[in-house]
Amino acid sequence: MKPISKIQSRTVNFANTDIDTDQIIPARFLTTTTREGLGQHLFHDWRYLPDGSSNKDFILNKPDSAGCKILVAGRNFGCGSSREHAPWALQEFGIDAVISSEIADIFRSNSLKNGLLPIVVDEGTLDWLLEHPYTEVTIDVVRSTLTLADGTTVNYPIDNFARYCLVEGIDQLGFLQKRASEIEQFEESRPWTP
Amino acid sequence: MSTTQPKTLYEKVWSEHLVVNETDDAPAILYIDLHLIHEVTTPQAFSLLSERGLPVRRPDLTLATMDHSTPTTPVRTLKDLQIAGKGAAAQVLKMQENCRQFGIDLLDFDNEQRGIVHIIGPELGATQPGKTIVCGDSHTSTHGAFGALAFGIGTTEVAHVLATQCLLQRSARTLLIEFSGELQTGVTAKDVILATIGQIGVDGGIGHVIEYCGTVISAMDMEARMTICNMSIEAGARAGLIAPDDTTFDYLLGRPWSPQDTAWDEAVTRWRQLPTDEGAHFDKSVSVDGKALEPMVTFGTNPGMVVAINDPVPEDGDAAFRKAIEYMQITPGKPLSESRVDVVFIGSCTNSRISDLQQAARIFAGRKVAPGVRALVVPGSQQIKREAEALGLDKIFAEAGVEWRESGCSMCIGMNGDTVPSGKLSVSTSNRNFEGRQGKGARTILASPLTAAASAIEGRVADPRRYL
Repeated sequence: MKPISKIQSRTVNFANTDIDTDQIIPARFLTTTTREGLGQHLFHDWRYLPDGSSNKDFILNKPDSAGCKILVAGRNFGCGSSREHAPWALQEFGIDAVISSEIADIFRSNSLKNGLLPIVVDEGTLDWLLEHPYTEVTIDVVRSTLTLADGTTVNYPIDNFARYCLVEGIDQLGFLQKRASEIEQFEESRPWTP
Repeated sequence: MSTTQPKTLYEKVWSEHLVVNETDDAPAILYIDLHLIHEVTTPQAFSLLSERGLPVRRPDLTLATMDHSTPTTPVRTLKDLQIAGKGAAAQVLKMQENCRQFGIDLLDFDNEQRGIVHIIGPELGATQPGKTIVCGDSHTSTHGAFGALAFGIGTTEVAHVLATQCLLQRSARTLLIEFSGELQTGVTAKDVILATIGQIGVDGGIGHVIEYCGTVISAMDMEARMTICNMSIEAGARAGLIAPDDTTFDYLLGRPWSPQDTAWDEAVTRWRQLPTDEGAHFDKSVSVDGKALEPMVTFGTNPGMVVAINDPVPEDGDAAFRKAIEYMQITPGKPLSESRVDVVFIGSCTNSRISDLQQAARIFAGRKVAPGVRALVVPGSQQIKREAEALGLDKIFAEAGVEWRESGCSMCIGMNGDTVPSGKLSVSTSNRNFEGRQGKGARTILASPLTAAASAIEGRVADPRRYL
């Protein structure tokens, strides 16, 4: 994973609550054996009209949304299925961070494994962001802060290990492999075997 | 902290699997006893292992099948099997190739133990109390019905488990949900869990492991308990748990993967230590009055948007409510019983076990599916299919005009050829009524097998109690 210390971008707002992973990437696009090619299907059934043309009313299709790397979404973003295709699709589309007041557990865990930053803020901060679309925001991953253009800064909570992995670009599989001797010892010493 | 401090079931299973304990700076390393894998969320994980030249650490603790992108159309021989689409076909081939290459036994199309991953784990006795169980599928919470700590993971974590049999995990908070009293006739586990999600919300369980308890749960058989735990994720919970008891042990006795002989007695002795200790602390608790519950149906686009079957849909709500009502083409303030049904789907890891099919058959027996309704019953496994056929359920379904299929995820997840057409209304026993979940533009009402069968007979959303 590539180390990430700072994300600077305008925000694109998606106020809906409970956006589930079936909306982020519909199940019919999961019949793939690679990680690539999912960005084109991100939010497919909201993003495209039935004839396949672009839905101009959809937020990500608006000209102002082009190039926005930070998605601000309503409460409980990423609920539903465990498909890692959801963060893969968001990243391939160009989203580097998701901000919400609540982010579903499996989606959050999957995002962190891929360097997509899930940021949970309080309701007040979320409301402010939703009321101010296309705000320039700087995310300092090292300090765990969001900073607006006028200098206003908000801290966001993040697990120490998650932050360390993002900032240092730690490969978690490599991290686990280094503990092989402890895993072996656990297997040998446990009172029962599965 | 003294060692005699009362512990929850969750804390007991968690602490027994700690290879390394968590600290402020690092999550725990949690050992995984059973890894269930299927064709959709594993190809990229196996690729990661191949890129690094890593073997699968414990193929013996890995149970592999194919269910999500596989067809359920009845076939006379395997040669007639038609996989829907090139992508799905490639995925199936890749699964066969990966399992061969990494030395994992695959319950393939020709295997009589094949079925939906969350159906076959318990059916084979691989799911056992006190185990840690993971799968690249959010409905892994199903296995918590046995007092196993079971949760869904992403594909990168699938690779972690394949390579190391471990996961990096933070411990969860705990939520106790107690169901008092007993259920009325016609009210099933599906209604109980839908009502509960309606009460606590689709985000009510975030960051928590739920333990379900109370007289309603104790009285349930294992299949009903699995339906409850299955939908824990629909409340946002990491996992759902039920304390193992004699019902659990009776279910497991003699199954292929269950401990045998003296090992069985030792296991039961160990399993009896698992239930939550008197006085153990939960971070949150919720009470539900079992006898007040009625058959439930969803009206919106998440499982928390739910009403009792004869109650009106709310008059108004927030932006999400209005968006859902528009998508579902439902009239606010009216009960759903006016809604004409196009498709009835009885199946999925939530409700495709033999007791679910028996409940549906009880309503279909001697009746016909209403004109214009497509009804299908998809057994959760080939074993359930054989069992149902031995009981003659397939004939009851056929006489009622219901399609009887091969096992698989089918219409729960429109990626295998079984879909609800755009704009059509489906009453479904599956777990998600998200927009497009059963196919692009499909409108889904979640319900119990009883309600689904009654709705197929009447051609509209129907209260099953008049047939019982």
